[in-house]
Amino acid sequence: MSVPEANKNTNTEAWGGFDDNLIQGTGSAVIDMENMDDTSGSSFEDMGEMHQRMREEEVADEAAATEEDTGEDGEFLGMKGIKGQLGRQVADEVWQAGKRQASKAFNLYANIDILRPYFDVEPIQVRNRLIESMIPVRMINFPQKIAGELYGPMMLVFTLVAILLHGMKTSGTVIREGTLMGTAIGTCFGYWMGVSSFIYFLAYLCNAQITMLQMLSLLGYGLFGHCVVLFVTYNVHFHSLFYILWLVIGGLSTLRMVSALISRTVGQTPRLILCGTLAALHMLFLLYLHFAYHKIVEGILDTLEGPNVPPIQRVARDLPEVATSLINGTVKSLGISLLSQ
Amino acid sequence: MAELDEASKPLFAGLSDVSISADIPVEGEITVPVSSMSQSDEFSTLDEPVKDTILRDLKAVGKKFVHVLYPKKSSALLRDWDLWGPLLLCVTLALMLQGGSADSKDEGGPQFAEVFVILWFGSVVITLNSKLLGGTISFFQSLCVLGYCILPLTVGMVICRLVLLGGAGKVSFAIRLIVVVASFGWSTFASTAFLADSQPPNRKALVVYPIFLFYFVIGWMILTFAPSHSAGP
Repeated sequence: MSVPEANKNTNTEAWGGFDDNLIQGTGSAVIDMENMDDTSGSSFEDMGEMHQRMREEEVADEAAATEEDTGEDGEFLGMKGIKGQLGRQVADEVWQAGKRQASKAFNLYANIDILRPYFDVEPIQVRNRLIESMIPVRMINFPQKIAGELYGPMMLVFTLVAILLHGMKTSGTVIREGTLMGTAIGTCFGYWMGVSSFIYFLAYLCNAQITMLQMLSLLGYGLFGHCVVLFVTYNVHFHSLFYILWLVIGGLSTLRMVSALISRTVGQTPRLILCGTLAALHMLFLLYLHFAYHKIVEGILDTLEGPNVPPIQRVARDLPEVATSLINGTVKSLGISLLSQ
Repeated sequence: MAELDEASKPLFAGLSDVSISADIPVEGEITVPVSSMSQSDEFSTLDEPVKDTILRDLKAVGKKFVHVLYPKKSSALLRDWDLWGPLLLCVTLALMLQGGSADSKDEGGPQFAEVFVILWFGSVVITLNSKLLGGTISFFQSLCVLGYCILPLTVGMVICRLVLLGGAGKVSFAIRLIVVVASFGWSTFASTAFLADSQPPNRKALVVYPIFLFYFVIGWMILTFAPSHSAGP
């Protein structure tokens, strides 16, 4: 009993044409089905069987029929009288069903509408969140509010990629086994996704009240500090300036993330584990980004590695002379100061 | 088709045996609306000489180039979108950016792929972003607009290359900087003229920023391009 009903439920659109034809053809059987009375007589069950057979045929012959339906409608006309007329309809419906299944599969797996609510922001909200990401909140006894949004973090990751590219180009980095863009994108997205997942896993172990989306959002906005520091220090090459900025700006954004996490965790040890890990990873990442793509590293690599050629080689490129003279001056002065120590 | 007949015969053999009525017309034309449309299409475009097809497509591409160079609020770019123009521009830009490296041999490959991937991946990301922010424009229309708006940057690249032929000093750097900044601004302005209308009015800034970043990265690649024939350290 439920099977024909189920068929009817899922195929109301598909068999609409079918039903119309039947109404023209016979009459009462269709009306019984439409009322969905399970006390109807044999005609109802016959209709159900016919539907069931049609459905099975459709499922079995879909792929073949979609190719053949335009040319081989004659095949279907070999059926019984009423079905012969419906053969053409069935061919059409088979094509529609195939298209529907394909679009259903597409909607299921490639549906960006799943992400739509996370991009529902106003520019002023984004600006406020960017500023708030540098201001630690001292209230840790009550869970702090973390915005679950993906637009800001994504834009910050891409900005970081652009800044990294700029840094790599000015430092003359040449990647042999890959591309500059690939390395930059891989580093930034890898950090954002990877560290978020890792901290989320730790949070799960430490019973912290935070969702994956909130963690992604928190860490993403934490990259704002990184962007600012790197933007400044890739252009103004002073080590002491970098260390000051690393401590102040990096420290502020880390404190903000850490306080948000602490407010959502109970117990001294879990808090310590979670926040220690996050702080270490965040600060070390900034350190890595600065030093990995800095021209001064070239000299150190040459002295340390010698004949062993690392996979990421650094070969200086042509640079505009304006920038070159500045960099040379910086390197010389720092080299002299290091040697004198 | 004969093979299909033979393969399908066993499947429908049982049904054809059941056939009773000979008064159901089997012969004749079964005209399904879809096939008749494709027939008329085949008549119009498949039998013409290749030169006509190419010229027609080139003219369409050229018309869209003109729209980009003088960006007014027209919907021509959106209505008949095509991806030939973006492909042409992308390949041209990638080829021209290829020669700039210290070791020309193994850097030529990654550079072309790098530019190609940046352009298409960046366009896809911006399109997805604008759709997620509630845009009314379709995926390929947006790709089309972003691709066509690379034209000013390509023109800027050509000018930069010509300037570099004259030497690579401070003056040439200043000229190149001005040219790249101008073409970058033109590209961004052109693309926002086409794309921003499809967004809710208070979120235009959210859509414009990724476009700005995208063209900024391309502009930066053009500016830092240095051909390999100049002496390296």
